[in-house]
Amino acid sequence: MIRRNVPPTNLPAAIWDSEPPSIIRHSWSALNKRKPESSRRDFLKSAGALMVGFSMGIGNLKLAAQSPINPTGLLDATKVDSWISIGADESITVYSGKVEFGQGFSTVQTQLVAEELSVALHRIKLIFGDTGFTPDQGVTSGSQSTVSEFSPGGLRQALDTARDALFQMASQQLDVPTSQLIVRNGVFFVIGGDPANRISYGQLLQGRPFDLALNSQTVPKDPATYTVLGTSVPRIDIPSKAAGQFQYVQHVRLPGMLHGRVVRPPSVGATVMNVDKSSVAGLPGNIQVVVKNNFVGVVADTQWHAIQAVKALNVTWSGPVTLPDQANLYTWMQQQPSADSYTVNSGDTDQMLKQAATKLSAQYLYPYQMHGPLASSCAVADVRGGSGSGATAKIWSATQGVYPQRDSVAMLLGIPNTNVRVIFVEGSGCYGLNGNDSVSFDAALLSQAVGQPVRVQYMRKDENVSGESYGPAHVTNMNAGVDGNGQILVWTQEGWSLTKGNRPNATTPGNIISGALAGFPTPPLVPAAATPPKNFSNNGNAAPPYVTGVVDGNPPGGTGTVASQQVLTHTIASPFFTGPLRSPDRLQNTFANESFMDEIAAAVKVDPVQYRLRHLSDPRFIAVVNEAAKSASWDTRPSPNSANAKTGVVTGRGIACVLYEGDNGYCAMVAEVSVDQATGIITVTRIVTSQDSGPVSNPDGLRNQMEGGALQGVSRTLYEEVQWSTDTGAITSVDWKTYPVFQFGVPLPVIETVLLNPLNVAQTGAGECTITITPAAIGNAVFDATGARLRQVPFTPQRVLAALAARG
Amino acid sequence: MTVNGSPYSTDVEPETPLLYVLQDDLKLNGPKFGCGLAQCGACTVLLGGKPIRSCVTPISTANGHTVITIDGLGTVHNPHPIQTAFITEQAMHCGYCISGPMLYGKAFIDQHPNATEADINQALTGLLCRCHAHTRMVRALARYAKESA
Repeated sequence: MIRRNVPPTNLPAAIWDSEPPSIIRHSWSALNKRKPESSRRDFLKSAGALMVGFSMGIGNLKLAAQSPINPTGLLDATKVDSWISIGADESITVYSGKVEFGQGFSTVQTQLVAEELSVALHRIKLIFGDTGFTPDQGVTSGSQSTVSEFSPGGLRQALDTARDALFQMASQQLDVPTSQLIVRNGVFFVIGGDPANRISYGQLLQGRPFDLALNSQTVPKDPATYTVLGTSVPRIDIPSKAAGQFQYVQHVRLPGMLHGRVVRPPSVGATVMNVDKSSVAGLPGNIQVVVKNNFVGVVADTQWHAIQAVKALNVTWSGPVTLPDQANLYTWMQQQPSADSYTVNSGDTDQMLKQAATKLSAQYLYPYQMHGPLASSCAVADVRGGSGSGATAKIWSATQGVYPQRDSVAMLLGIPNTNVRVIFVEGSGCYGLNGNDSVSFDAALLSQAVGQPVRVQYMRKDENVSGESYGPAHVTNMNAGVDGNGQILVWTQEGWSLTKGNRPNATTPGNIISGALAGFPTPPLVPAAATPPKNFSNNGNAAPPYVTGVVDGNPPGGTGTVASQQVLTHTIASPFFTGPLRSPDRLQNTFANESFMDEIAAAVKVDPVQYRLRHLSDPRFIAVVNEAAKSASWDTRPSPNSANAKTGVVTGRGIACVLYEGDNGYCAMVAEVSVDQATGIITVTRIVTSQDSGPVSNPDGLRNQMEGGALQGVSRTLYEEVQWSTDTGAITSVDWKTYPVFQFGVPLPVIETVLLNPLNVAQTGAGECTITITPAAIGNAVFDATGARLRQVPFTPQRVLAALAARG
Repeated sequence: MTVNGSPYSTDVEPETPLLYVLQDDLKLNGPKFGCGLAQCGACTVLLGGKPIRSCVTPISTANGHTVITIDGLGTVHNPHPIQTAFITEQAMHCGYCISGPMLYGKAFIDQHPNATEADINQALTGLLCRCHAHTRMVRALARYAKESA
């Protein structure tokens, strides 16, 4: 017998016979000896089809009653009972649409519950990302989780509504005003009264639901009084991950589950001409071949047999479509029809450029990059009954959005969305729209075809070339005019980006590759001219921090002083599927903005930190820049460092900063590098990064995110570029050798994080700040060290050597 | 073969990668499929005490040998000191890669108890962590080295 560490159950109980026996999401349930049940859980288990007629405020019960697979139907997120249930046994179960990818948000959400309800952390059971149980909160992305849960309509308001109701109930039961009540770990006492005169949450509710709407008048706890939030509570998922017990989506194991693999086109856009199923006849493993339009997959009894079948299956594909020549990509991008938009346009930039004492221009280039999750994506689907109103589907997926996936799978399979349940199970870090949705579609298509549960595991090449949606390439052309005092008068930016598909939703399974292969259209880009902007939104960080953001006569929406400003963005059709990749567009735009700001500072021979401060108007922005510079012991002087030699190894420091999405987290970074001018190799030796995301929920967790974001930013700056062959029409970045990333063994920078923690402002996002500014910080440091400006990512040794040769 | 201290025998094609047997037949969650190409290290196990990539190691190679996975080092309630070090340093994001740094790190440090952080980072060459939690993982391994010295 193998020694097995049997994990405890902490998923919704096995209401359905094909539920995986156990999913470990965090360790506290293992430490928690209570029966992990809740009143709502019991209700769901016992009520079954008898939900009609109940009025318990947990959603659209009529719809639920008609659904064989979504017992709670469409949960109404305006009702407290959709978020929290407190059992007569004192169990506290919280339901959330915001999921865990290793960013630590399940820990933060648990802290939020403990804080607002005044209960011990270990008592809280958090269920997230299950269309059968959790409210629809869209996707977990865009540094929006904290914003969502702490804002009106989110988890905090549900908790506060529940807390206020419990205070009222306790007031009645103990016969004292609420002002005389104190609550300790879910038990009410009378202040200064007999400790025996007490009543608990469970006793108050006695298993009943709250039956309340979220109350917009509730007052959340003041961050200045936090005792759980604001502290470095250890991540709840790490012990089981360290022990190798954690069950990722790769470990969902169902009775009768078969193993699938996909067979993808050998070149971009190739279509199926013929599938010779006889080519796998006689192979072991009960091989089944599934074809639907251009979707081809195999199913077998084991993974190994499925892999052998993929190798043997003879598929004839059409020839390649014409791809743009990669060597000419950035020129090609600027020649395509585009959909255009202005972020700002003050209308006077041509005139102001003429008046400027000094004019500068530069072009910045950013490649296609991929998410490259460490795990090739995996999902499990159990589709019963084919298609139509009698069919059902359950999907175990590491998707960022269970509800959007439910709706898109419904269309993909031809099954009503009420008959589809998507259950989030964590995969490896995804960093955006990687292959998790595609592989879920693949598993659903295969399971539907064979009528049994199917697990699909992508091979690495499947993930890289035909599973995920790349972060798009960017071209950015900059112009600036500076007055006689060295102050920026005018700033213009014209950028080009590409798009194909995006996150799938109810009507667009074709937004990702698997849906498109199965025959669903990918909505085409519709070229359109830009119209004058009506409101300033810098959500894509297209505008630099240094403009006023005055639009249509409105008050300034930007963070800077430059009044003459134009930011025009062209979006063109991409030959490859694209989607959000950690700091989508913001990173590419910020590389251009913050590199160009450095070029202007150098042109007027002013220290880059001081020059930024001279053009910033927002006090929080100024503070975060000052804090990074101070913590890094910034050497105040213009760049480049004139003391450095033109040969050998030289060092330099660079700064970059951003207000992420224009309103979602201030961040500044000082990068220190050494550059070997003989080899062109850049080594990032130190990163000092400061951040203001409002009141910090978990300081160590935030530092962990900032550190990882910074080092992932180093990887994207120095190594990462999706490559393809125009000759074969194929993506050639098929694995980690052909898509290199930062790896162990490369000297590690010292990473120092500085947390500003203002308590009197709203919480903002945090997870994408540092990565956004890393490329520019490194490029600016390389310029400081060498006088060579790097305007094209990644900063390969070849490009560094070319820039060194060009510096004169 | 012996897996995490218990004998195990199986009847599969000898070329079947060890990883699939550990994950699917033995239902172990420690070694994981990352690339299937020995390029990332998520599938790392100790075979005869040495770290190997189980995604490209045929099961026949393990025949008669001892396999240790991170599942076999310790548990949530009774973690191995190296697991404790990772927990103490909060040394991961998603944790999917963890078998590589933990087992290559353990094998190296057990042989080089005075290793510095730079030595440890060098010893992990060829492994990937895509969340880029490298600095914490190296710090955790240095902690393990220090505390087990």
